[in-house]
Amino acid sequence: MTNPSETQKAGGGLLAGMSPWALAGHALPWAIAIGFFFIAEGYLSFGTQIIIWILFALSLDLALGYAGIVTLGQAAFFGFGAYAAGWFSIHVSPDPILGHLFAIGLTAIVGLISGALILHTTGVTFLMLTLATVLIMFEYANQAKEITGGDDGLQGMKVGPIFGKYEFNLFGHTAYVYSLIVLFIWFVIMWRVVKSPFGRSLDGIRQNARRMRAIGTPVWWRLLAVYTLSAAMAGSAGALSAHATRFVGLSVLSLLTSGIVTVMLILGGTRRLYGAFVGAIVYFVVQDYTAKISPYFWEFIVGGMLIATVLFLEGGLMDLGGIARRQWERLTGKASKP
Amino acid sequence: MSIGLKVEGLVAGYGETVVLDGISFEVPAGGTVALLGRNGVGKTTLLTTLMGITTRHSGSIRLGDEQIEGSPIHVRARRGLGYVPQEREIFPSLTVEENLLVSVLPGGWSPEAVYDLFPRLKERRRNTGNRLSGGEQQMLAVGRALAGGPKVLLLDEPLEGLAPVVIEALLEALERIHSQSGVTMILVEQKAELALSVTQQAIVLDRGQIVYRGSSAELKADEVAQARLLSVAAKH
Repeated sequence: MTNPSETQKAGGGLLAGMSPWALAGHALPWAIAIGFFFIAEGYLSFGTQIIIWILFALSLDLALGYAGIVTLGQAAFFGFGAYAAGWFSIHVSPDPILGHLFAIGLTAIVGLISGALILHTTGVTFLMLTLATVLIMFEYANQAKEITGGDDGLQGMKVGPIFGKYEFNLFGHTAYVYSLIVLFIWFVIMWRVVKSPFGRSLDGIRQNARRMRAIGTPVWWRLLAVYTLSAAMAGSAGALSAHATRFVGLSVLSLLTSGIVTVMLILGGTRRLYGAFVGAIVYFVVQDYTAKISPYFWEFIVGGMLIATVLFLEGGLMDLGGIARRQWERLTGKASKP
Repeated sequence: MSIGLKVEGLVAGYGETVVLDGISFEVPAGGTVALLGRNGVGKTTLLTTLMGITTRHSGSIRLGDEQIEGSPIHVRARRGLGYVPQEREIFPSLTVEENLLVSVLPGGWSPEAVYDLFPRLKERRRNTGNRLSGGEQQMLAVGRALAGGPKVLLLDEPLEGLAPVVIEALLEALERIHSQSGVTMILVEQKAELALSVTQQAIVLDRGQIVYRGSSAELKADEVAQARLLSVAAKH
């Protein structure tokens, strides 16, 4: 009756058909990250911290940026992943990779369950429920002292060497490389997801959920799937944080944690993949430098930048790249004319 | 003859408000219907109620061999209801091709098949939805509905606001869709003359009820009846 749908080639070689400039653009951030390892010995812990928050911000970008799930509950998954990894290292095995996978799996389940409970709501109701999720988790972690250590945090984490070979040393070499590899894996997964028809359907849901239903998309299931994936990513970032610092404190589950990651993402730019990179780096660097000048001043600067970004750069700081490129093209375009 | 769409005693509206007050009609599989009437008589509401977007108070809707009145929207689409809304609702940030790809369901039209029908869309495949002319948007809205492989296609004023050339192209495409895939079509249209000339049956609504059911050709020939039923709408 109707024409049969042909198999779609959606992803098929992510780098295929990309211009040399675009390829260079993709290579640049990773080259910088690898270069950082060799030239910034004393700053590797700082770098690891940034990588972890990039991953955390990416997880939020998937839910908030692409799917339009306006959540302030992302800390719940970050914190849960951190506690899960910490608990695993104390009670089951010090192997960081096993602990990491355990944390990812468990956080995904938490994401799935909490998503199933609250994703039928939208807007302010949903926002409040995500806030409630964080508050409940925070209070539970505070009370369940025998599991979480309560206010004192999770003490006595043992983190073994990766593949039984690479120890987490004091200078943070292993933690840095390990975190970078994990970030890269998640980045590739997320790239594939957002470029796939599934990812494009998230775009559609964000713009017009009713229309997506009318073309046969099970909107609720799609949102649940992406919420679960986003939770797993955030849990992975939490696990990295636990392993890198060998400590998990209550702050990972605080509302402020959700707030900070949102600020990073908005600052860098949503739906740009690299927006999370730019946002996290700028946030940490500004924090680091201005805090040296005045410990009370840095939040003022970050706040000011956030206001300026929201007012003038719709797509976050990532927009600056586009503006610079258009200027360049205009200048070179003029120059090339006789 | 097998049933394409059968509606019985449909009462529906927005919340408590009743817009459709007991609608019953039947379209054979592969049939084409012009759904006419003055502004505000419930034509769009009938389509959205079939789709499951508006509140149904009572009545039944049968699509082929299945009762669908209790199904959620996306299930109705998967069972074979294709809906082209008046506002078109193209996703602005997706390209033409992506708009089609997100809509593909098993057994639906591939983007290539849609391009074959609307070569214009192929030229524009890399354009995002917000960079299309009205006619291109309309073609895409129809193509997107086809990607779902509809058995019944609901078209809400697809010709509104389009240039005569584009209207001609679109009507031609609709006829090709009908002859190629045997899809059942319900066409809501203000331009009664055009709608009557491309359909077999006509249904005229007034204040939420059916006031005329018959062949399109007969209604087209009967100018007195047209004036009585559509007096405002017929003048355009």
